[in-house]
Amino acid sequence: MKIRAQIGMVLNLDKCIGCHTCSVTCKNVWTNREGVEYAWFNNVETKPGIGYPKDWENQKRWNGGWVRKKNGKIEPKMGPKWRVLAKIFANPDLPEIDDYYEPFDYDYGHLQAAPESRTMPTARPRSKLTGERMEKIEWGPNWEEILGGEFAKRSRDANFEGVEKEIYGQFENTFMMYLPRLCEHCLNPTCVAACPSGAIYKREDDGIVLIDQEKCRGWRMCISGCPYKKIYYNWNSGKSEKCIFCYPRIEAGQPTVCSETCVGRIRYLGVMLYDADRIAEAASTTNEKDLYEEQLKLFLDPNDPKIIAQARRDGVPEAWLEAAKHSPVYKMAMEWKVAFPLHPEYRTMPMVWYIPPLSPLQAAAQAGKLGMDGEIPDVRSLRIPVRYLANLLTAGKEEPVISALERMLAMRRYMRAKTIDGMIDEVVAARVGMTGAMIEEMYRIMAIANYEDRFVIPTTHREVSEDAYDVRGSCGFSFGNGCSGGTSETDIFGAKRKKLVQTPTDIFKEQV
Amino acid sequence: MSDFLNTLLYGIYPYIALSVLVVGSIIRYDREPYSWRSGSSQLLRRKQLMWGSVLFHLGVLMIFLGHFVGLLTPIAVWDFLGVTHQAKQTLAVVAGGVAGTAAIVGATLLVHRRLFDARVRTQSSNSDRLIIILLWCQLFLGLSTIPVSIAHIDGHEMVKFMSWAQGIFTFDPAAASHVADVPLVFKLHLFLGLTILLLFPFTRLVHMLSAPVRYIWRPGYQVVRQRGDGSRANRVAAE
Repeated sequence: MKIRAQIGMVLNLDKCIGCHTCSVTCKNVWTNREGVEYAWFNNVETKPGIGYPKDWENQKRWNGGWVRKKNGKIEPKMGPKWRVLAKIFANPDLPEIDDYYEPFDYDYGHLQAAPESRTMPTARPRSKLTGERMEKIEWGPNWEEILGGEFAKRSRDANFEGVEKEIYGQFENTFMMYLPRLCEHCLNPTCVAACPSGAIYKREDDGIVLIDQEKCRGWRMCISGCPYKKIYYNWNSGKSEKCIFCYPRIEAGQPTVCSETCVGRIRYLGVMLYDADRIAEAASTTNEKDLYEEQLKLFLDPNDPKIIAQARRDGVPEAWLEAAKHSPVYKMAMEWKVAFPLHPEYRTMPMVWYIPPLSPLQAAAQAGKLGMDGEIPDVRSLRIPVRYLANLLTAGKEEPVISALERMLAMRRYMRAKTIDGMIDEVVAARVGMTGAMIEEMYRIMAIANYEDRFVIPTTHREVSEDAYDVRGSCGFSFGNGCSGGTSETDIFGAKRKKLVQTPTDIFKEQV
Repeated sequence: MSDFLNTLLYGIYPYIALSVLVVGSIIRYDREPYSWRSGSSQLLRRKQLMWGSVLFHLGVLMIFLGHFVGLLTPIAVWDFLGVTHQAKQTLAVVAGGVAGTAAIVGATLLVHRRLFDARVRTQSSNSDRLIIILLWCQLFLGLSTIPVSIAHIDGHEMVKFMSWAQGIFTFDPAAASHVADVPLVFKLHLFLGLTILLLFPFTRLVHMLSAPVRYIWRPGYQVVRQRGDGSRANRVAAE
């Protein structure tokens, strides 16, 4: 056994209101640069829908993730190593920018500079790639917002597998959920496996997956390898970039920007201890429906003295062991079993987990479509959302999802009885295999969700990972080029370089 | 061509080009690692790249191997192996012809895409445009030598180039004299080839030095960086 620790994340989809604050704050901090306008380290999708980039969950098309071979070992779906290398000149599994969207900006300057005219001047879109006028915007990072567009297009959603078309058609008006997505910081990442340069790596101390910008050569295999399509090719620098889990903040014990700014308080960060020696074994499980449970088996009980002793021997710092005991992620994933990995069938062992939403059920209940099973609405009677959620979160296995939804409904029922009727209803708790005390703890973490309960992040021990004396007077967070930004402001004769595309920001800068 | 110009272009210029190639590449690798990349534009436009890039790269790799082995293997080795100059010249014409045709078809597609596709054109640097055009010209010149080589299928012209190339690498002061009287098309091909070597460190061509063949025997699939890994202690990965 080799114990490692990772900061995991849980998103409570039941509380997500789809406001995109996470996406916007993330973009402002990390990807507000030329070449990565289209790169949303964090984006929010409306489901059902084909998502961003288009059709990302369709691995028959993009060949992301892993497959189990006949001999029981796993290899990237792109193929064995020689096959990956053979794609280096032209990669058939790579999305084109139109599968995301052509980045654009508006002619804001025209609003101020337009001559007098009979109509109001407008700011029309202009491509950031060519600088040319775009007559029509065809797609964007959130084109399906609140079920925008025709249902026929959205129903190409891969999670509808195993659901009859006629039936889900009926639910078009009642079934909707939001899915905020970021890099999963997987235990078994395919991007790392597919990178021919060895530039992508997982940090041993906190599990964050990063791309070394000095070593990346832009072979772009990681983009195909990642089944979540959460690696973006910076078309300006020629290097790939991805969500960095705000590691400078995590190291300082602060939550990621997306978590910090989430107005719905749906995001949780906490330490998970896991057995690194068993990752390959768990990821190679025969039946993909077992992958969720296999991943649960990798996680170790932070209160077990034997685990604590072994973790100490493996170099997990004391503060991390203490944080693991209070980890909200552990509670939701392991103790209450209400959180699930996103698409475990990709065999990547993702570490950003999701609590399924009750909203589709409630909408159905209000429409009179949901039966009651004694005290609790009957989750099973509403087959489509359950099947859909299971395809999304447990490789199609419905039981764990039903159990989680029932526990969440029981929590509501229990707390309503407590606060309105003034009675403790242990029966409701027992029906879902919990106790009143567990439900109250669950309520405190999931419903009240205080800052210190949501984010239990120990600081990184930088003093053991680097020599602080060596980094004195250094450039801090650069692109790995030392103090050079990798682009020259002047040409070789010292003249100022002309920029091809002017953004409103550039104009603003010139005026100031 | 006067002796002076011949010595300058084929006796001295090779050393300038090779020195810039080696020293320039080392400096760029050390000082500007962020700029060291293949510079793929596949994301922006897939059309024409699939065929263009594969044909071009496979063709060029074969040509590169052919030139390397053909020019730098000592003549004594060929004699020892019993390969006649005529056989070698025939092989060079046939293999080079096939690979060169593939490469120039690919390069034509790539040049067209680079110059006429709005997205790729706007996002290209001057060096991107220059180098693909130079490579196309070089392929064209290389293919143009085939009729001349067929006229000298006994291989004696080819021996001149082998002597020249090996003379350059063995610091033979008379190296340039070997190519003093070869047809003009060969001289242009040599000059342009040396120029491409000279420009190498300033263009995206550096990506060929990072060809990731080591991936094949990299143990396992996962890469984990450990706490306190001394070799990279004071480096901070950006993102």
